[in-house]
Amino acid sequence: MLEEKREKGQSMLDVRGLKKVYEGSGRRVEAVRDLTFTVDAGELVCLVGPSGCGKTTLLKCVAGLLTPTSGEILLEERRVSGPPPGMAVVFQEYGRSLFPWMRVGQNVELPLRQKQLSKARRRELVADALESVGLADAAGAYPWQLSGGMQQRVAIARALAYEPDVLLMDEPFAAVDAQTRADLEDLVRGLWRQRGITILFVTHDIDEAVYLGERVLILSASPTVVQEQLKVDLPAERDQLHTRVAPRFAELRTHVYEQIQAAKRGGPGLKADAPPPR
Amino acid sequence: MKLLALRLFFVLALPLLLLVAWWFASAGSTDVYRPPLRTILTTFPDVWTGERLRADVLPSVLRLLAGYTSAAVVGVALGTVIGSYRRVRAVCEPVLEFLRAVPPPVLVPVIMLFAGIGDTMKIAVIASGCVWPILLNTVEGVRAVDSVMSETARSYGIVGAARLRHVVLRSASPQIFAGLRQALSIGIILMVISEMSVSSNGLGYTVIQFQRTFAIPDMWTGILVLGLLGFLLSVLFRLVERRVLGWYHGLRASSRRSS
Repeated sequence: MLEEKREKGQSMLDVRGLKKVYEGSGRRVEAVRDLTFTVDAGELVCLVGPSGCGKTTLLKCVAGLLTPTSGEILLEERRVSGPPPGMAVVFQEYGRSLFPWMRVGQNVELPLRQKQLSKARRRELVADALESVGLADAAGAYPWQLSGGMQQRVAIARALAYEPDVLLMDEPFAAVDAQTRADLEDLVRGLWRQRGITILFVTHDIDEAVYLGERVLILSASPTVVQEQLKVDLPAERDQLHTRVAPRFAELRTHVYEQIQAAKRGGPGLKADAPPPR
Repeated sequence: MKLLALRLFFVLALPLLLLVAWWFASAGSTDVYRPPLRTILTTFPDVWTGERLRADVLPSVLRLLAGYTSAAVVGVALGTVIGSYRRVRAVCEPVLEFLRAVPPPVLVPVIMLFAGIGDTMKIAVIASGCVWPILLNTVEGVRAVDSVMSETARSYGIVGAARLRHVVLRSASPQIFAGLRQALSIGIILMVISEMSVSSNGLGYTVIQFQRTFAIPDMWTGILVLGLLGFLLSVLFRLVERRVLGWYHGLRASSRRSS
């Protein structure tokens, strides 16, 4: 590639003063007012906020799919204007994000074709990505022949094969059942630890945010600002059974919950910007 | 094997029944214009010789193919452009609706003025009638590309020709095929009409020629040939469609099962 991978701890993604106002047919909606935050290389950050707070708008701006009204987004210090090659997005609507006319393998391969990779390299990346989401046998199937959870795995595999610097995930598990969801959470956590990719994970589920993230960004209600940044000081080794019943997990999720409630009321939030007491 | 036999039975039962009914109903007919089916069938091999197939059926089919193919190319290309840009659509839509409402057969005399009475005229007539369903369905299909798919494509850098080929046209293909199917029957009708009005060979010409020379059983065989041709083309069409839209039928079946 052009330059070496960023070291852990260097900033990978910079969002500065992001503001997005939708204007149309006499209505002016300020979806995002003023957002500033940083995601370091190799970090897994969860964005959580009340519903309708502009999470998806924010993510689309970061992905270069929407142009911000003001402010800027920097990926490795380069300004994002249009979808950058170093980013991959996993959408919530897997059924509408995978191409139903292509088999699983072709779906994963299509973005790679735009990258001028050799056929052998492409095949290698596709096989490796499908293998790592546990779908090595499904390359020849059509997406609609698979269950919802498996389809979302395909979407994740497609993102992995693309070898992005930053992986953006927009409420990826909101549409799957609870058990599948737990499996997928562990899959994402596992992939993150194995591959050291940078992940920005948007969710409305507080438990999910605390369980997955190294850091949780709590957004206010619309017009959106960052209400609080919370470091999740849970051990790196997490599992559904133990982590979710750990007292620290309960403290953190309660704290996030209170912040979101405060955000909904439009208040300044309890003990803003102070980490919850240990 | 048994299943296949049963399906074959269902397919053939009604046509056979109709033929049998026709056979007996017309058996004792002395009406010159309605000869017995038996007479028609015995005339058939005499009329549709290899020579006639080459001299009349082949030119007809070639004209149909040329007109239909050019309509498909133009319709899909224009439809993609119109469907992709809202502004272009706003400008074109009223005109398209008007042009579509003009019955294609009235174009025969008009096109004759410009294109003469040769093959060009017939191909132009067929193409000008076939293009509308293809064009309008393509516009709808291209316009209806899912927003999430569009964004997925953009975020992975699938733009330009790759986007057109792998995303837009594939996503619109069910609608495009619906247009192509409509266009096929319109094409056959226009092929016959253009040959009936002015021609020196072709299926439409043959039928009208038999009628004018009072070769009534021969005329009836021509109608049978036209019916068979239409049937054959629609079977071919369905084979192609199954191949291209296999994913679409599977997708629909799977969403029906889950809902």
